Amino acid sequence: MFELFDQLFVNLKHAVVGALPEGWQVLASPLISAAAILGVFASLFALTVLVERKGLGRIQNRPGPNRVGPAGLLQPLADFIKALTKEDIVPVSADKVLHFLAPVVMLAPVLLAYAVLPFGRNMVAVDFDAGLLFFFAAGACVELAVFMAGWSSHNKFSLLGAMRAIAQMISYELPLILATLGVVMLVGSLSLVDIVASQAGHHWGWLARWWVFTPWGLAAFVIFLIAATAESNRAPFDLPEGEAELVAGHLVEYSGFKYAIFFIAEYLGLFAVSALAITLFLGGWHAPVAALDWLPSWFWFGAKLAGFIVFFIWVRGTLPRVRVDHLMGFAWKFLLPLVLWNLVVAAVWWYSRGWAFAGAGILRWVGCAAMILIPYSLLGRALYTRHGLGPRTYRLAA
Amino acid sequence: MLGSGIVKGFVETARNFVGSFHDPGRLVTIEYPDERQELPENSRNFPMLVYDGDDRMKGLRCVACKICEKECPPQCIYIEVERDARGKALKHPRIFDLDISVCMSCQICVEVCPFDAIKMDTAFELSTDNRFGGLLLNKHQLAKPNSYYRAIHPLEAAEVDERLAAEQARAAAKAKAAAAKAPAPAAANAVAT
Ligand code: SF4
Ligand code: SF4
Repeated sequence: MFELFDQLFVNLKHAVVGALPEGWQVLASPLISAAAILGVFASLFALTVLVERKGLGRIQNRPGPNRVGPAGLLQPLADFIKALTKEDIVPVSADKVLHFLAPVVMLAPVLLAYAVLPFGRNMVAVDFDAGLLFFFAAGACVELAVFMAGWSSHNKFSLLGAMRAIAQMISYELPLILATLGVVMLVGSLSLVDIVASQAGHHWGWLARWWVFTPWGLAAFVIFLIAATAESNRAPFDLPEGEAELVAGHLVEYSGFKYAIFFIAEYLGLFAVSALAITLFLGGWHAPVAALDWLPSWFWFGAKLAGFIVFFIWVRGTLPRVRVDHLMGFAWKFLLPLVLWNLVVAAVWWYSRGWAFAGAGILRWVGCAAMILIPYSLLGRALYTRHGLGPRTYRLAA
Repeated sequence: MLGSGIVKGFVETARNFVGSFHDPGRLVTIEYPDERQELPENSRNFPMLVYDGDDRMKGLRCVACKICEKECPPQCIYIEVERDARGKALKHPRIFDLDISVCMSCQICVEVCPFDAIKMDTAFELSTDNRFGGLLLNKHQLAKPNSYYRAIHPLEAAEVDERLAAEQARAAAKAKAAAAKAPAPAAANAVAT
């Protein structure tokens, strides 16, 4: 029974592919996977937009959209129709080709990144040996697309927004990638399937062996989350489209469905990077405790992804947008040293795995946690008081 | 420690989120077309003409004195006096037009009217698909019964009613006194001629 549900989608795909004539199978297999990913995540996008609007509303003590359909459930459909029917305006002075290509270039690599993510047991479109590398390589194209959009629009707000986006994305790509390196070091593989497999099994027979339960894993997870928020242009790091100063950044000159595509790509990027966080630190499709192993693997992946989405909405509802110099300072002065130090801690964790004396497990955990927490608070305090990351005091000229 | 403020913020927003589901005091939105807020006594939008009795046109308090027309800063009132067959002005407007696309709701017309004939209405759902004719209200559209005035501005209307009643009583008393005295001057007149 478990086997049936767990492998439901895998078997379904095999059945469909098997029913096709020999020559078509090679072609059909990736196409079916791509169609499934596209369908599932595009509908997840629609759902997320609704949940986000409702959730943000509740956080701000308003009911949120509730007009279209029962309790506003059809709002995504209305938004979709609206986006489709809006006029598509291309500025006269725009670089027409680039202006048209930018949304496509934005969406395509994001979709490609999904190819290497394992959504459940045996549920991965392509099991690359260098899956992680591929993911980041594909993700980096987003920067290109953003700059294309900003440059081709021939608008100063667009260009400024795009420059900001580039600066921000490149700055945060470093902590993002370095945060994942700890896992790669310990697992010894870049394949996401192997990384998930490395988190199988349980501590003391019940708690899953996820990397997030190690001190360095937790630190890397938090840094990864922060960097991922910045990478996907989510609040509080949504400076590239800071309405207050840049109207809408690189999106200023986009309207209609092109704008919607940017919007979709941004959200799909968020899901992808959340999925990567799940894969690297939260055990992929593994259940959190042994007692819950009977639920299908794809359910666990989905549940964790839903948790991430809710968390990101919560973040957006809570934190105000940061200032540009704070944004860059935070990445280079704070996250980068910490994430590099975290690699050292991960190495210590690896070399202390053989410890076998009494209380070794606790000592190892507490020791590594202290190795992270002490530099964290020292660095935090130093930056807060001395290097301009803290609150500013304004002095008026005498 | 660095980051504690962020955690506090998260707790606060979570409290707001959960609170909005069970604490009606938090969810202050009035879903307008379905629910309506009671308008406060002093709310006002555009002027209306008050009439007494049942006949919308005969009961108009307005005597077409054109004071409001002259005082209106953006000049959105247009009045023509009703005249009888001999061209004598009847104390009644033949035309009383008010362009609410121009009116700025300043209430000056109300302040200057000596007859308490023009008052501010509170109706605000005045959208129309015809931006010329639809926003130019004639006297039939402007006329509102005194009972309506009482309903939308109870305190103000009570004060106006009281004053008008007192004025009427005074006028009636004067008329009575005049009537009592009337025969004598008439006789005197007769003697003189
Ligand atoms: S509304 Fe009042 S001020 Fe205006 S014309 Fe009539 S009586 Fe005169
Ligand atoms: S409220 Fe002011 S603008 Fe409007 S009609 Fe009266 S005087 Fe004119």
